Amino acid sequence: MPDLIIASVMTMMTAATPLVFAATGELICERSGVLNLGVEGMMLIGAVFGFATAAVTGNAPLGLLMAGVAGLLASLIFATLTLSLLSNQVATGLALTIFGTGLSALVGFDYVGETIDQIAAIHLPVLSDLPVVGRLLFGHDPLVYLSLGLLAAVAWFLSRSRWGMILRAVGDSDVSAHAIGYPVVLIRYAAVAFGGMMAGLGGGYLSLVYTPLWAENMAAGRGWIALALVVFASWRPERVLFGAILFGSITILQLNAQAAGLGIPAAFMSMLPYIATIVVLVLISRDAIKIRLNAPACLGRPFRAER
Amino acid sequence: MTEQGLLSLTGVCKSFPGCIANDNIDLDVAAGEIHALLGENGAGKSTLVKIIYGVLRPDQGNIRWQGKVTRIENPAQARSLGIGMVFQHFSLFEAMTTLENIALALPPEDPEALRARLEETASAYGLALQPDRHVYDLSMGERQRIEIVRCLLQNPQLLILDEPTSVLTPQETEILFETLRTLSQESRAILYISHKLEEVRALCDRATILRGGRRVDDCLPAQETTRSLAEKMIGKKIQQVSRQSPIDSGSSMLLAVSDLNVRSDLAHGVDLTDIRLEVRAGEVLGIAGIAGNGQIELMGALSGETGSPLAGSIRILGTDAIGLNPTARRSLGAVFVPEERIGHAAVADMTLVDNSYLTGDTRMKFSRRGLIDWPAVTRYTQNVVQDFDVRTTGVDALASSLSGGNLQKFIVGREILQEPSLLVVSQPTWGVDAGAAAAIHEEIQRLVSAGAAVLMISQDLDEIFLLSHRIAVISQGTLSAAMPIDEITPEDIGLLMGIRHEVQPEADHVTA
Repeated sequence: MPDLIIASVMTMMTAATPLVFAATGELICERSGVLNLGVEGMMLIGAVFGFATAAVTGNAPLGLLMAGVAGLLASLIFATLTLSLLSNQVATGLALTIFGTGLSALVGFDYVGETIDQIAAIHLPVLSDLPVVGRLLFGHDPLVYLSLGLLAAVAWFLSRSRWGMILRAVGDSDVSAHAIGYPVVLIRYAAVAFGGMMAGLGGGYLSLVYTPLWAENMAAGRGWIALALVVFASWRPERVLFGAILFGSITILQLNAQAAGLGIPAAFMSMLPYIATIVVLVLISRDAIKIRLNAPACLGRPFRAER
Repeated sequence: MTEQGLLSLTGVCKSFPGCIANDNIDLDVAAGEIHALLGENGAGKSTLVKIIYGVLRPDQGNIRWQGKVTRIENPAQARSLGIGMVFQHFSLFEAMTTLENIALALPPEDPEALRARLEETASAYGLALQPDRHVYDLSMGERQRIEIVRCLLQNPQLLILDEPTSVLTPQETEILFETLRTLSQESRAILYISHKLEEVRALCDRATILRGGRRVDDCLPAQETTRSLAEKMIGKKIQQVSRQSPIDSGSSMLLAVSDLNVRSDLAHGVDLTDIRLEVRAGEVLGIAGIAGNGQIELMGALSGETGSPLAGSIRILGTDAIGLNPTARRSLGAVFVPEERIGHAAVADMTLVDNSYLTGDTRMKFSRRGLIDWPAVTRYTQNVVQDFDVRTTGVDALASSLSGGNLQKFIVGREILQEPSLLVVSQPTWGVDAGAAAAIHEEIQRLVSAGAAVLMISQDLDEIFLLSHRIAVISQGTLSAAMPIDEITPEDIGLLMGIRHEVQPEADHVTA
């Protein structure tokens, strides 16, 4: 029985990790005042290029790197259109998702059904062998630790560092930031690129570790959940983590419940993680003042410096 | 002109699509002088100082800084040269604290060291600040203090102030003037933009007057009268607004508030306690007070924006208005002009026509069977633009494209032309030049003599004394008894606001 519980917790973390990656990236992007709805598309692009690289070279870590680079490049298309050419962020983000879905299906066509060597879970002598806590704390794959580390770094960056403060300022009032003399557009480019890289890594995690294989449209709405997480977590990193783990937990629990044959329609069970995550986050984020303090006031608004 | 020229502009031109903001402007500022930049709204003052501060680039012309031709590429460079600026539309971040707002404009520095410097500077110049409060729940006056302290911390050689006193009390203004004089004795130059001509005469060594984007005159303010300055600025004679005649006490009560208690929605707002006031037909009741003493909450309670109060009654034209929303109150005959022009009184990204429709629909009946009569709204907007001399490229211009003063003329005009029975207005002429302010004052008086009642919340004592029949002072969420205008002096009011700030619980005795 403890083994079963430990195994469930381990899988919960793997289910949460893609969301941690993607939502952390989107959090930074939105905090700078840019709403990128292309997360799903960037995840798929990351997933397919990561998988293809790993399949061709046999090198999974290289595949993961490519996943991040591919997501970043996709986000730069978005950044150029919205930040330099001032196109509408909502429409452009949706287009990026559609583009990513199509492109990944095209690139991935030849790789359907192929297998790769997945990135193995770490094993530390002694520590990982401790009873119960050994595996729970030290037995995940390295990317779980990477995602948590990046999330912690982002939390520190936003609340403690000067550049984090500048990023928040740009999202709060682009006009004021410009008046004081900060390069608003450049800062937003960087934030969008970081968001793209993180979405790519999240997608890479799906195809290189979580499944690991390529299937068309394999992100299965996780990009959208990552977006929702950011908003309902009222742009706070610790709540993003909570939401991601909640989503992962319910995903695994409902799978187990389906396997146990509870007689509840499978379609209903499958939608549980999505609904439950959003309901819970809405309930904990009702404080209007807290939302006001964390919500980027310029979110989605185009900015052009008057000269 | 005793010292060597610090800043010298020659032939500066800047045009925007549809208007020439600056046309061949020369300006010289010497170290240690307090130099006024005077002009109506839209005369090009803000554009010129934005060029000096590196926010805008001139199309043509030279800038010399300390004798050398300099291109000021951006504000960061301006600051490193020693140019500091306090903006008229504050460049603050609302979701951030006072301390963060100040840190953002300075080179990287340890937060605790900065906090100490901030508190030192703030108290040295008598500008009270709370470093950990978030800006969004600060009043306009408090926000301005952040801007000023933020500038002073940069130890500038040239300090540009764009209408710094428009939301300060007389005492605060005096303190600011002392600060500015101290700074000028330290051989720093100050470029001072204001519409308050008395201030310019009292404070400034020299003045450059702009009109329609051109420099029309340089003069020594001390040798001019307020009137002659205003006439140079406007380019024509202006009429003095005459004092109000007293009204008879038998006229009907249009606004009656009793024992009003309101809990503030704002995180650091001021709760209203036992507010009692009455305004009769043909009367202006002026409410003086320092920003952040409950004015926002009082305005919200009267307009019906903030829901039901804890206790008390509000009667508009004899009808109980508790529980009525702003639209219902408008249909009773009341109109409201809130303090914040953009975002509250007007929607920035909508045209003037759209903005007219938004508050005018109830009283002007712009829609029939669910359809909007756009020609009627457009005609109405054209009337507002014409009657109130709103400088705009047309009624289809976005509200955000208007300068502050022009937008103010528009939002006041939009309400007054609805011929209301009751006008509740906050800061009617904030950031508006002398000519436009006179026009707004005249329209308010015309409305009152036609039998309307006006409740005017203002921090500008000149305005309060010019228009009011009776004056009350709001402080710490309590309102003094209203005094007839001939029984109270500006000094009394200033003192009253100061005293009540320190001694809150006994505040009621002072005026009882």
